[in-house]
Amino acid sequence: MYCIIEKKVLAPTITKYLIEAPYVARKRKAGNFVIIRVDETGERIPLTLVDSNTDTGTITLIVQALGKTTKALALKNEGDFILDVMGPLGNPTPIESGKTIACIGGGVGTAELYPITKALKDAGNTIYTIVGARSKELVILEKEMEQVSDKFYITTDDGSYKRKGFVTDQLKELLDANLGINMVYAIGPLPMMRAVSNLTKPYNVRTLVSLNAVMVDGTGMCGGCRVTVNGKMKFACVDGPEFEGHEVDFDEMLLRNHSYTDMEKISIDRFLEEPHVCRREGMAS
Amino acid sequence: MITVNKMKPSERMKIPRQVSIEQKPDERSHNFKEVSFGVDEERALIEAARCLECQNPVCREGCPVNIDIRSFIQLVYQKDFSGAVNKIRESNYLPAICGRVCPQEEQCEQVCTLGKKHEPVAIGKLERFVADYELKNNLFTPPSIQEKRPEKVAIVGSGPSGLTCAAELAKLGYQVTIFEALHAVGGVLRYGIPEFRLPRTILDLEAERIKALGVKIETNFLVGRTETIDEFFKEWGFSAIFLGTGAGTPQFMDIPGENLNGVYSANEFLTRVNLMKAYKFPEYDTPIKIGKSVAVIGGGNTAMDGVRTSKRLGAEHAYLIYRRSRTEMPARLEEVHHAEEEGIEFMMLTNPTRIIGDTNGRVSGIECQKMELGEPDESGRRKPVPSNETKFIIEVQTVIEAVGQSPNPIIQSTTPGLKTGRKGVVIADELQRTSRDGVFAGGDLSRGGATVILAMHDGKIAAENIHKYLQQKAH
Ligand SMILES: Cc1cc2nc3c(=O)[nH]c(=O)nc-3n(C[C@H](O)[C@H](O)[C@H](O)COP(=O)(O)OP(=O)(O)OC[C@H]3O[C@@H](n4cnc5c(N)ncnc54)[C@H](O)[C@@H]3O)c2cc1C
Ligand SMILES: Cc1cc2nc3c(=O)[nH]c(=O)nc-3n(C[C@H](O)[C@H](O)[C@H](O)COP(=O)(O)OP(=O)(O)OC[C@H]3O[C@@H](n4cnc5c(N)ncnc54)[C@H](O)[C@@H]3O)c2cc1C
Ligand code: SF4
Ligand code: FES
Repeated sequence: MYCIIEKKVLAPTITKYLIEAPYVARKRKAGNFVIIRVDETGERIPLTLVDSNTDTGTITLIVQALGKTTKALALKNEGDFILDVMGPLGNPTPIESGKTIACIGGGVGTAELYPITKALKDAGNTIYTIVGARSKELVILEKEMEQVSDKFYITTDDGSYKRKGFVTDQLKELLDANLGINMVYAIGPLPMMRAVSNLTKPYNVRTLVSLNAVMVDGTGMCGGCRVTVNGKMKFACVDGPEFEGHEVDFDEMLLRNHSYTDMEKISIDRFLEEPHVCRREGMAS
Repeated sequence: MITVNKMKPSERMKIPRQVSIEQKPDERSHNFKEVSFGVDEERALIEAARCLECQNPVCREGCPVNIDIRSFIQLVYQKDFSGAVNKIRESNYLPAICGRVCPQEEQCEQVCTLGKKHEPVAIGKLERFVADYELKNNLFTPPSIQEKRPEKVAIVGSGPSGLTCAAELAKLGYQVTIFEALHAVGGVLRYGIPEFRLPRTILDLEAERIKALGVKIETNFLVGRTETIDEFFKEWGFSAIFLGTGAGTPQFMDIPGENLNGVYSANEFLTRVNLMKAYKFPEYDTPIKIGKSVAVIGGGNTAMDGVRTSKRLGAEHAYLIYRRSRTEMPARLEEVHHAEEEGIEFMMLTNPTRIIGDTNGRVSGIECQKMELGEPDESGRRKPVPSNETKFIIEVQTVIEAVGQSPNPIIQSTTPGLKTGRKGVVIADELQRTSRDGVFAGGDLSRGGATVILAMHDGKIAAENIHKYLQQKAH
C-alpha cells in the first residue's frame, strides 16, 4: 500500500500526486516510469516519474483523468492509499551535454517532459522549450518549465494564451532560424509526436519521442507494449520508452493504442454510473 | 522393506486404475472453475491398494525431487492421510500444486512397475488427494524451526523455484526475503496456469504457509531496477542470493501481421486473464477481446492453456495450430485429453505463414501451410517441412502465439560478472551456483523453460548449497 501524501489539481482533469514509495524514489532517474494499480479490481497503468525526493521517500506523478483508472485515482485524497506502485521502469534518458536542444511537450506530456528538460539543463545544454495545450487552462508546469529553459514558448490550439497554433508551428520557426538546434525531445499525444518527427526529418535533427504504448506488466513479460522501430519489434517498457522518432511506425502505434477503445468506454460509463462517484474538482472534463 | 497391503500382487493388478471426478466438458468449457475434483477417499483407497510396494521402488527415482512415493502410498492405504502428506512434504513443500500440474506420465508414473503390463498407479491423483484432504480438514502444522540463524538470504522471483528455495532456507533458520516484480506471488502459477487447472485459493494458501515459516515477501520489487544484486550484498546485507526469475520474455514467430490488434503472446493473454482477471470484465478493469474464432499457435502447456481459456471466454471455434503431429506435442497428456473433450479443434502439421488484418488494423484471418514430417532434427523429433499443398486461410479474430519464452534480461544486464548462455539463460552448475560468488540460480532462468517440479528441484538444491556456502563462510 502506498500513501498519497499530497494532492493538487493543476488544471481541469490534471492532478499532481505525491506518493510515498521510498524504494522507487531512491532510484528514479529522468525518463523512468512506474506501473500502478489503484485497487484490487483495477488495471495496471504506466505513469511517468515526474520527480522524487529521497529524504521524504516520495515520488511525484502528474496524471490526466482520461478513463476509468485515472478517474478512480482522482477520487483518492491525501491520506488515502493506492494498492501497487512498481518501478522505476524503463531506460533512463541518456543525458548528453553541450547541445542545443528543443524540448516539446504536449498536454500532460509536458509533465513527462519536465524531468528530462531539467536534467538536460542541469547538464549544461541550451534549452528551447515549447509547451502546447488545447487552451490556456490546460497549460501546466509553466513556471517550472520556464525555470529550466533558456527560451520558453507556449502555444494553444485556440489561441486563448500566448501563441495560437501548434507546437510544430513554433518549432518550424526555430529550426528555420538556424539557432543550431541539434536535438529534439517530444513528448505528448501520438499525433503530436508524429507531427514533430515528420517536421524534423528533412532538417536531419535527431528527435527522441517517448512512446505511451498500452502496458500490462512493464517488465518485458507480456509483449503487449510492442512497437515497430526501424522495422524491428521493440517492447516499449524495457527497450524504451524513448525511441528515435524518425524510426517509429506511428500509424501502427495509433491503431494499437485504440485496441480497447470500446471496452474502455464500457468501463468508464459503468464507473460514472456508480452512485458514490460525485464529479469532483479535477474530474470534470 | 515392510509391506502393509495383505493382497497378493496378482489381485492388486486386477484393480482398475481410478479416474478423477470431473466437471462435464460442455459445462466446464464455459466456466473457470476447476476441471477436475480429483479422486475421493473411496477411490483413493482403492488406488492405493494397487501399489505393489516394490522392493525397488523405481517411482521414487522417476520423481525429480525424490519423493518417497512408496511410503506415502502405504500411509494412504492405512488411511493416515495427514501422515502421507507430511511424508511428501519432506521432499516437496507444494504438494497441492504438484499433484495438479506435474507431468506424472513422464516421471514417476512412467517408470512405475505396475505400468509395465498394466496402467501405472495414479501417483499424481493420490498426491493431490492427500494435499486436498489436509487442506479441507485444516490439518497443516508448520514444521518447527530448529535454530535461528543470523544470515539474510534474498530470493528473487516467487515462482516455484523461489518459493521452494525460500521454504527450505527458512526451515534451516535463515532470514529469508522474497522479492517479486508483480503484485502477487507465484510466478507462472499465478499469471500463466489458469484457475481451471490450479485454483488461486490453493496457491494463496501455499504462499501463506511459506510466510508462516517467517519468510518476508516484497511484491512490486523489480530486482535490477528497484535495487541491483550488488546493492543487495553491499547495502542490504544479504549473504547469499537465489535467482529464480524464470523465462518470461515471450518470443514471436516473426511472420507478417504480428502487430495487428488481436494478436497476443500467450503470456499477455494469460496474464490479462489470470493475473488481472479479465474474464471478469467489467467487474475487473483489464479488458480482453476474443471474437468468434481464435487460433492458438504452439503445442505445449502454454498453448493448451491459451486455447482452453479462449473457449471459456466464449470463442465458438478455438483452433490449436501446431506444426508437428500429436505425438510430438510437449503438453501434459491430461491437458490434451481435456482440450479434446472441450471441443478444441486441433490442426496438426500446420504452420502459420501470415496474419491477415482488416482496414481497422484488427486480425481477420490467419494463413497456414500444411506440413509433413521429414528427417529427425537435433531434438530427435522428426522435423516438419512444408508440404506441396497450397496455403489456406482460416477466419479468426484473435491469434495467440505460444511459441516459446526466454529469460528476462534485466538482472543479467545489471549484474556484472553473471555468465549467461544460449538465449540468455543464467549458467548454473549442478550445485546451482552461478559465476558470481554467493549468487545461485535455478528453474526456467537456468533451464530456459522446463517444469514446475524441475524448478522446485533447483530451488531445493540451491537451498542446500546456500546452506553449505554460508556454513563455510561462517567458519
Ligand atoms: C511510459 C508511459 C508513461 C505515461 N505517463 C503518463 C503520465 O505521466 N501522466 C498521464 O496522465 N498519463 C501517462 N501515460 C498514459 C496513461 O498510462 C494512460 O492515460 C492511462 O493508462 C489511461 O488509463 P485509464 O483507465 O484512465 O483510461 P482508459 O479509458 O482505459 O484509456 C484511455 C487511453 O489510455 C491508453 N491506455 C489505456 N490503458 C493503458 C495501459 N494499461 N497502459 C498504457 N496506456 C493505456 C490507451 O491509449 C487508451 O486509449 C503514460 C503512458 C506510458 C506508456
Ligand atoms: C502457461 C503455462 C503453463 C504451464 N503449465 C505447466 C504444467 O502444467 N506443468 C508444469 O510442470 N509446468 C508448466 N509450465 C512451466 C512452469 O510453469 C515453469 O517451468 C515454472 O513456473 C518455472 O518456475 P520458476 O520458479 O523458474 O519461474 P517462474 O514461475 O517463471 O517465476 C518467476 C517469477 O520471477 C519474477 N521476476 C522476474 N524477473 C524479476 C526481477 N527482476 N525481480 C523480481 N522478480 C522477478 C516473475 O514476475 C515471476 O513471478 C507452464 C508454463 C506456462 C507459461
Ligand atoms: S513403482 Fe509403482 S507399484 Fe512400485 S512402489 Fe512405486 S508406485 Fe508402487
Ligand atoms: S508491458 Fe508487458 S512487455 Fe512491456
